Amino acid sequence: MIQIEDLTKTYVMGEETVTALDSVSLTIARGESIAIIGPSGSGKSTLMNLLGGLDRPSGGRYRFEGEEVARFSDDQLADFRNRRIGFVFQSFQLLPRLSALQNVELPMIYGGQPPRVRRERAAELLERVGLGSRMGHRPNQLSGGQQQRVAIARSLANRPDLLLADEPTGALDSATGVEVLSLFQKLNTEGLTIVLVTHDRGVANAARRRIAFRDGRVTEDERS
Amino acid sequence: MSGVSPAEIIRFATGAIIAHPLRSGLTSLGVVIGVASVVMMTSIGMGAQRQVTDTISGLGSNLIIVSPKQPRNSGGVMGGAGAGEGLTDGDAEAIRRQVDGAVAVAPSVGGMAQVTADGANWSTTIYGVSPEYLEARDLTVASGRMFDDRDARQGRKVAVLGPTVVTQLWGEADPIGKRIRIRGAPFEVIGVLGSKGQSSFGRDQDDLILSPLESVRSRVIGRRIKADSVQTIFVKAESEEAVSAVQENIDTLLRTEHRIPQGEDDDFETQNLASILDASKAAIGAFTVLLAAIAGISLVVGGVGIMNIMLVAVTERTREIGLRMALGARRRDVLTQFALESVALSLVGGLIGLAIGLLGAAGISAVANWPFALPAWAIPVALGFSSLVGLVFGAYPAWRAARLDPIEALRRE
Repeated sequence: MIQIEDLTKTYVMGEETVTALDSVSLTIARGESIAIIGPSGSGKSTLMNLLGGLDRPSGGRYRFEGEEVARFSDDQLADFRNRRIGFVFQSFQLLPRLSALQNVELPMIYGGQPPRVRRERAAELLERVGLGSRMGHRPNQLSGGQQQRVAIARSLANRPDLLLADEPTGALDSATGVEVLSLFQKLNTEGLTIVLVTHDRGVANAARRRIAFRDGRVTEDERS
Repeated sequence: MSGVSPAEIIRFATGAIIAHPLRSGLTSLGVVIGVASVVMMTSIGMGAQRQVTDTISGLGSNLIIVSPKQPRNSGGVMGGAGAGEGLTDGDAEAIRRQVDGAVAVAPSVGGMAQVTADGANWSTTIYGVSPEYLEARDLTVASGRMFDDRDARQGRKVAVLGPTVVTQLWGEADPIGKRIRIRGAPFEVIGVLGSKGQSSFGRDQDDLILSPLESVRSRVIGRRIKADSVQTIFVKAESEEAVSAVQENIDTLLRTEHRIPQGEDDDFETQNLASILDASKAAIGAFTVLLAAIAGISLVVGGVGIMNIMLVAVTERTREIGLRMALGARRRDVLTQFALESVALSLVGGLIGLAIGLLGAAGISAVANWPFALPAWAIPVALGFSSLVGLVFGAYPAWRAARLDPIEALRRE
């Protein structure tokens, strides 16, 4: 599904040029579950942003289902994120003014879905993550674990090819973190490709493939 | 490719406004005040214009006023013998006979005079006029009668009084048949004029006495005036359209009568009320534009207020913007959302301002006893302008929002 060749990302910080990602090559197949691990500054977040189409590489190639994502325009990238990618963030990133249902509807609004269709789909997704009785609640009326489950439901709204999760358990206590990870495992067994970024070995062990990063390079790529 | 529908972006924009009602209200306040003052100023100006139009045409819009003028002669000597003879009965007679379309020609003399009757006294203006004066000035007689040509020929000392003079001398009593003394000369009251009220310049139009021209000239003004001299000739044209033709004919006729050579200045001048009306309307119109422009400045100040709050909103909602972009919002979608938010704030302010402005203008016109007027274009223009203000001052904050880097924006606390 994804081929990455010599992917490089450099930032200019004042006089210095920082290489965040240094000629990384990877292939990700449909249905994989991958954990990207490494300390902060290792380049794992940069890779995640490139995979998700939030950023453009400085060099190399990124092919997604045969399309060269590196050459997409801003609008093409926006549509790519909307239809192909589901994001789950450490800090949930729910809009506080909207109910759980409305938060889940958001990607479908930008996808141009008619109101009735997206409301039904959002309700169905919230049922699936076990929040069928909390649809009208606002984020501040939900616990951390519940908020992250709303965010996961939102990431699935447009039936993405790839789910990208950035430290999804980082803001949760360990029991809730385990619940969220088992939800990811369940989604993966249903066929969804998942890439999660973490610095926690324990979390990484939940994935079937683990890629370790250090100084912008892959240092380890193991499967279990 | 399907994208977000415009209706959804409008919902995002209004949702943010409704989420902070107090802040949105205060933000709109500048535009509210701006639009309200523009509407009020325009309406007051229009009302003033209508008021002046009403009063001046109340004087008789077909009226032409002929008055003497000191010509500037070559020697620089003003008003020497032979020059500036003034107007005479003969001039009035010539206009009456020779100018087509002049339906009433009323020569007049006038002056301030002390009037006494039954122990009371009052200082007023007495006009010696021909009976046609009534028609020329659109006056009416409320009780008694106006003097006629026979009274004039016989030099009878009769007087028709304005209502103010009657009130000052007798209060409520009926004055018909009473005797009054004007500068000591006895006159008999034969009629009372209908009230015309105050003029737009605040002068009491009911404070006057009319009497036959000859009687006033000989008994009241006396030796200070030549026997056939008149001060003003009032001429009424048969219609508004005829006014300028009649005025030109009078000019030509009087130049001939006064034997004014080619190239010399006239020793008289003619004015018509239409030209006075136009001049006053133009003056008030310019004043209205000035007031509205000053009020318009407050609209701009309101726009700056909106821009300020929108910049704050973009900063506050940086994470929201980043998230929307991550979920698939295009830059144009973000731009539209914030631009619409600012237009909506401004437009709501405009609507409230319009309502307040109309109420204020109606209130002022009621208190000042002033006609209420608002041009039909004022409402669309007020709303159009407030939307424009929102768009212009919202453009920069919206552009800043759309230019945000989603990664940076999501990382912001």
